[in-house]
Parts: sequence; C-alpha cells; structure tokens
Amino acid sequence: MISLNVNGKVYKADVPADASLLWVLRDYLKLTGTKYGCGIGECGACTVHVNGKAERSCGMTVGEVKGKKITTIEGLPDDNPVKRAWIKEQVVQCGYCQPGIIMQVAALVSQKPTPSADQIISKMDDVICRCGTYPRIKKGIKTAVQMARKEGK
Amino acid sequence: MKTSMSRRDFLKGSLAATGLTIAVSVSPLGYRLVNASQAKGALKGFKPNVWYEITPNNIVTTVIGSSEMGQGAHTALSMIIADELEADWKQVRVKQGPAAKEYINPHPTLQLQITVQSSSVRMFYEPLRKAAAAGRVMLVKAAAARWGVAESECEASKGTVTHKKSSRKSTYGELCLEAAKLKVPQDAPLKKEADFRYIGKPMARLDTPAKVKGTAVYGLDVSVPDMHYAVFARPPAYGAKPVSFDEKAALQVKGVVKVVPAPMGIAVCAKSLDAAWKGRKALDAKWDKGILPQMDNDFIEKTLMEELDKPGSKAMEKGDANKALEGAAKKIKSTYYVPYVAHTLMEPINCTAYVRKDQCDVWAPTQGQTVAQLVAGEVSGLPPEKVNIHTTYMGCGLGRRATPDFVAEAAIASKVTGKPVKVVWTREEDIKQDRFRSATCQRVEAGLDGQGQLIGWYHKAVAGSIMKDIAPQAIKDGVDIMSLWGLVDVPVSPDGNRILYEVPNLCIEFLISGLPMPVDPWRSVQNGPNAFVTECFIDEVAHAAGKDPLQFRLALLKESKGAQRVLQVAADKAGWGKPLPKGQGRGIAQHHCFGTDVAAVAEVSVNEKDGHIKVNRMVLAVDCGLAVNPDGVEAQIQGGVINALSTALKEEVRFANGGVKSANFNDYDVLRMSEVPDIEVHLVKGNDKMGGIGEPGVPPTAPAVANAFFNATGVRIRRIPLTSKVVLEALKKT
Repeated sequence: MISLNVNGKVYKADVPADASLLWVLRDYLKLTGTKYGCGIGECGACTVHVNGKAERSCGMTVGEVKGKKITTIEGLPDDNPVKRAWIKEQVVQCGYCQPGIIMQVAALVSQKPTPSADQIISKMDDVICRCGTYPRIKKGIKTAVQMARKEGK
Repeated sequence: MKTSMSRRDFLKGSLAATGLTIAVSVSPLGYRLVNASQAKGALKGFKPNVWYEITPNNIVTTVIGSSEMGQGAHTALSMIIADELEADWKQVRVKQGPAAKEYINPHPTLQLQITVQSSSVRMFYEPLRKAAAAGRVMLVKAAAARWGVAESECEASKGTVTHKKSSRKSTYGELCLEAAKLKVPQDAPLKKEADFRYIGKPMARLDTPAKVKGTAVYGLDVSVPDMHYAVFARPPAYGAKPVSFDEKAALQVKGVVKVVPAPMGIAVCAKSLDAAWKGRKALDAKWDKGILPQMDNDFIEKTLMEELDKPGSKAMEKGDANKALEGAAKKIKSTYYVPYVAHTLMEPINCTAYVRKDQCDVWAPTQGQTVAQLVAGEVSGLPPEKVNIHTTYMGCGLGRRATPDFVAEAAIASKVTGKPVKVVWTREEDIKQDRFRSATCQRVEAGLDGQGQLIGWYHKAVAGSIMKDIAPQAIKDGVDIMSLWGLVDVPVSPDGNRILYEVPNLCIEFLISGLPMPVDPWRSVQNGPNAFVTECFIDEVAHAAGKDPLQFRLALLKESKGAQRVLQVAADKAGWGKPLPKGQGRGIAQHHCFGTDVAAVAEVSVNEKDGHIKVNRMVLAVDCGLAVNPDGVEAQIQGGVINALSTALKEEVRFANGGVKSANFNDYDVLRMSEVPDIEVHLVKGNDKMGGIGEPGVPPTAPAVANAFFNATGVRIRRIPLTSKVVLEALKKT
C-alpha cells in the first residue's frame, strides 16, 4: 500500500513502489486530468507539480514521490493566473495536451521574480500540441505573466 | 462528464423533464420540425438531426450530434441555435448527442453520422436556424397566450419574452412548459443577418472551462464499474503472422484474465492496465517476417517511382493534353514526392466497450458514430440500433478517428471476457499501427505556347487508397476519388475539388499504389499532398514563362473569383513584391477545398551552411463565406497551418524490415513552439456559400514554404519534408 499526497489530500493505493505515477493518478486515484501522451517524457501531457516543480509523471514512480507534495491540474486553483489566462485567450482546441502545458507554465510563472513571457516561451519546446494552439499558448503565457505580476502571485 | 445518452433514454428523459424540445429532421428532400415533447411516436419516420431543450430551470441545452475534437463544432452549432432562438448565451449548455439516424450529416457524399470534411457548421447552419426560429415563435406564442395579448406585441430577446405595452416579462424557462404544448411551425421567419447577436462575433468556446480545469472526459478517461483492460500484441511488419506466443505465461501474470488471438493481433485482457502490459510482455509473441521484409524508406520511394511509370486510369480529361504538349513552344516536366506521415493524435487510440446479450455500449473518442455502431453491432451480433455510442471528447481527430478499428477491438475484448473493456494503445502502437496519410509520387508536365500561355497539363499521380478499406465499392475503374481531392471534382459533392487553373488541355491519371500500409484521411485528406504538387508546379511554370507567380496564377483564375480574392489579399497583406534581405524568400500558394478558398504567403530564411529553413511569417487569406465564430476560424486556420508546416519541415514516417521503425516523438518529431512563426489570418467575406474551416489551412502552406525556399535560393526542392539534409543535398547539386 502506497500513500500519496495529492492536491492536499492523502490517498492510499494498493500498487507497488515502482508503479508509474501517471497511471496511478489516472487509474487508481481517478485524477484523469493528467494525460498520457507518449510515456517517455517527450510531449509534456502528463506534467504535474512535485513540491512545486513541473515534472513528467510518466517517468516517475510512486516510490520516488513518497512524502512529496503532488499537484495535478485538478488541484491547481481556478484563480491561478495561467488557468484564467487560458480562458481569456481561448487557448484550447481539443484540450488534451493543455493540462500538462498549463502545469508547466504555472510552475514557471510562479517563480520569483516572475520570469518574462519570452523566457517562459523559450522553455516550451518540450511540450507538444497537435491541434496547433501554439500561437494562443504564447498569448496565454503573456497574459498569465501580466496577471501574475499585477497581482504579485 | 457530459454523458451522452441513447436516443431512447433521451426521449424518456426529455418527456419526463417536461420542457420544450425541438427536433429537426434533415433528409435529402429537406427538413421538417417536430415537437419532441409531444409524443414519442410522432418522431417515427423522421430524421431529427440536432436538438435543443429548454427546461424550467431556464437552461437551454443544445444536443449536438457532431463530435468535438477541438475544431469547435459544439460551440459554433450552439451559437447558431442560441442566436436564432434568441437565447441568452449565459444560459446555454452543450451536450454530446448519441448515435442515431437523426444526426446524419446531410453532406451529399456522407449521409452518415460522421464529423469529417470540415462539414458540421456549413451543413447544419440552415436546418438549425429553422429549428431554433420555430422555438422562438412558440415561446412568443406561449407568452402571448399567457398574457392574453397579440403575438405581434411580444418580443423575444436574450432568453426572455417581453410585452412592452404592459411591461410584462417571462423567461424561456417560465414559458417552456406552455410552449411545449404547441404545434411546431414549419416556416418560422428567420432573423435578419443584421440582427445576429452571436453569429459572426468572436465567442468563447463552451468547452474551455472543463478543459482548463482538467475535468473534460476523453476516451482514455472513461471509467465504468468492473472495467477491464485489453492490450494487443501486434505484428511488427505488414502481413506478419504469429509464429508462437506463450498464452500460459501471460495468464500467469496476476490480473490477466484472458488471451485471445484476433485478426489485428493477440489480445491480452486483464483487470488492470499494468497487468495487461505485463501479460503482453510475458506472452512474448513471435512473428514471421511479413509480406515485404525488405521494405524501408528507400524501397518505398523506389516502388512509388516505378509505379508512376505503369499505366494508370484516367481520372479526368479535357481537350487533348498530349497533343498540346507535343506542339508546345516550351515544356516543363517535374516529379514530386510526399512521404507517409502519421497522425500522432495527442490522445493515443483507445476505446471502451461493454457487449451484453441484448445490447452493447461503446464509449469512444470517435468521429464516426454510424460506422462505430455498425462495427460494434457486427462483432457483438446485435443490430446497430442496439449499440449505444457514448462519444467522448477526443484528443484531436485529424480524420483518424473516423475509422472504427479501435471500436472493433474493444468489442472483441468485451465479448470474450463478458466485461466492459477499455482497449489502450501506447504511443508506440499509435505510430506503428497508424493508418497514415498516404505518400504520393506525382509527375506533371506542362506546355507553354510562344506567348508564354499555359496550353497543356498532364498529371500522373500514384498514392495509397483510403477507400480500399472503408468503401471499396466507391473505387471506380481504378480511381479512388478521395486520393484525388484537390485535383479532380467529386461527383455530387458541392465542395469543389478540381485544379482551378484554366488550362484548355488537361489530363489527370491515377494509379493506386500496391504498397501495403493502410492509409486514412489526415486533415484535408489528399488535398495537402496534391496541393503541394500543383502549387509548386504552377510556380515552376510561372518562372519558366518569365512571369510573377502571383500574376501568373491570377491570369489563370479568371473564373474563380474566390481564389483571386484570397490570393490578392494574402499578397497585399504580406507585402508581395517588397524586397527581402539576402537569404530570405517569399512564396505564395492557393487552394480551394471544402467550399473554402484559401491562399498563403510564406516568408522563410535559409541558412545555406547548415541547410536549416526557418519560417518567419505565414499570411493566410481565407474566404469561407459567413464565419459563424471568427475566433474559432482563426484558431482552426492557424492549427491547419501548423500541422502543414510540421509536414513541410519535419514529418516522415521511417520504415524498416517490412514494418514501421518510427515509434514515438523522439524519432517522429512534430513542430515545436519555437518553430512556429507568426501566423496572420485574414478573413475575406466574398463567397455567398459557407465553406468548411477545419482543414483548408493545410493545403496551401507546404507549397508556399517550398516556393519561398526557391525564391530565397533559386533552387527547387520537389519533396517534403525540407530537412537540413534535403536542403543541403539540393543546394550541393546546383
């Protein structure tokens, strides 16, 4: 039995320590907002926060995150500037890659001092959106950075 | 999850919920409206297509039969209903409709419930307006009756009916039960375009909040009680048959419940996904070498080139192209190659099914509900109407999810286990077992007379056949018309697929390639590869004629006002003719497909040392007639351009040992953020008829880039992707 701290809640799952964090989140904890895209850390769809840092959950085992705080898209507050910016700029199309991308951007935006939009955009080549929302992702990042700076978040 | 319901459940539900439900029935003969709240029997014999429901809680729920794969159909179709109904957008919710004959796509080439050919909005625009107008009239009538006043004194606006004289108001929610008792008018007057409240305005998508929260349910997220999982051991080479597999070892893995050989591979069914994967590993399936063990990329290209010299079938002929070419003052002849590309939808292929004795449920990220019903029905031995399709959101579609192979797999696994089963493909399976966009090899020959006029065009194309697997009866005299979209018109289709250039002598020949890989539509189908050839070639011809590529095109498009308009707008916005720094170039291309005219200008920089092409700017001009949601149109065109840039610069499936070598995004790379240029989208409203918008961004993009490369370097590359290797080789040759 593994104990996981996800989105401020403690979950127990009957899985071995080498089980994939991604699939435990999805299939055992039913937190399906975190997506499977490639399984090798190439696309970013499975990105979650581990102790505030963006990590690819497909490449981590539940054993590795023992005692660490995990945040998934479901646990990122609705008033997070990135979530709000994504709605304001109408970023999503199919939306499948977006939870991972939002989590990656949210981790970058939350750094102190807030990085510039261009700095964040330069760190986004390790995510994939097949619908081609990249121009809107860039707009979303710019808006999120503005919001974060204005609100001191 | 926005659960979809079987039609029976929906009817029961709507009768019980007691609200106003309007059904619209579309058939090739026209459409009729019925009040679905009145009686279940009244619906028989009709084909109600798209529904909406107003409930006493003052919510307008649209129930859309089209699939939502990111293209925004759920929002645009709801906007049409809300506008004509005079609903308050804040009160509008959308639900995915079930599979039912009533949702059949009225496009003359389809007649199935299927979301393809960029057709949802343009096909349902008129019937939905009629359906919504009828509801508005009924709500006004109900209000007038309630207040004992003339209908003409009452006005419907933003979800409320108002009687100005007495300052009385009632919301749609308050009126819906009374309205439900009325007869549906067949010819309710439509609003004037000038009075549109939502149509034509940039509107926020209805599905954005759930997708940003992470609560939107995709196929892979489906969970049903006692759900099992199945994964398949699949042949590594085309036509490979299993030589051995260790069923016993697989069954010894904890959680594995069944191993079943099936036509597409060996299914390992288990209580968890992890157990299914471990079981597949333990199965250790061994395969023979398949039908073409020597096949790799060189073999494929060589085969297609050889096939190009074999006799084909005439797909269209006008005048005498051979004679015109014989007598031409100048001849231009070129051969082009476009490789196989994969869909790599971000949500890998998956499906969940539960087959029982008397019915079957399928939870599928599918673009094609009718075919999903047929396939699941066939596997489970049930008539299609006993198959309930619950369409989920889908992580992109691009045409791949219209083929129901994954539905068959889930139904097979459920049938043999007696459990609800989710079939999951890994990314590796998704790429290796993909039904690709077909490669194509094409040779084009043009003749100019002494004045530089284009007098003849002979075009020969070899490509895989999409119809071969899905509708072989549609292949006539060796011609798969789907492979020729962008070159030849399709009988009965209103979309317009032919080469628009006015050439007096034109001949197009086609041959279905004998290569074994399955192929499918891939955003814009073969319009993409075919426009690459045609638009690069016309550029070559313009150059040979000593003419400006824009002017040369315009002179050959006298009858095609839409194409003229978009070319001119794209050129003007891009600053066509303005000089660029050395090492940079500008290229133009146009294409007409799905009823939409689109032109692109690309600006590129070429690094002649390392062969790297950087696309700096894309300018698109689009005429799709009325744009219901201009914000969605911009997003769709940008998305199409990005998909096409990805094929222009990077994508090519690698093959080896008779199968697919590419496996994941580390060896099948797609366009990344830093490679995406600024993409301007200019809407040109010139066409009277509405055109599609999901796909037309693709076709002109790759040729515009290749033409820009020529403009920058003076060197023609007649293939994609334009990788550094390809570029350096081409530059070396000159």
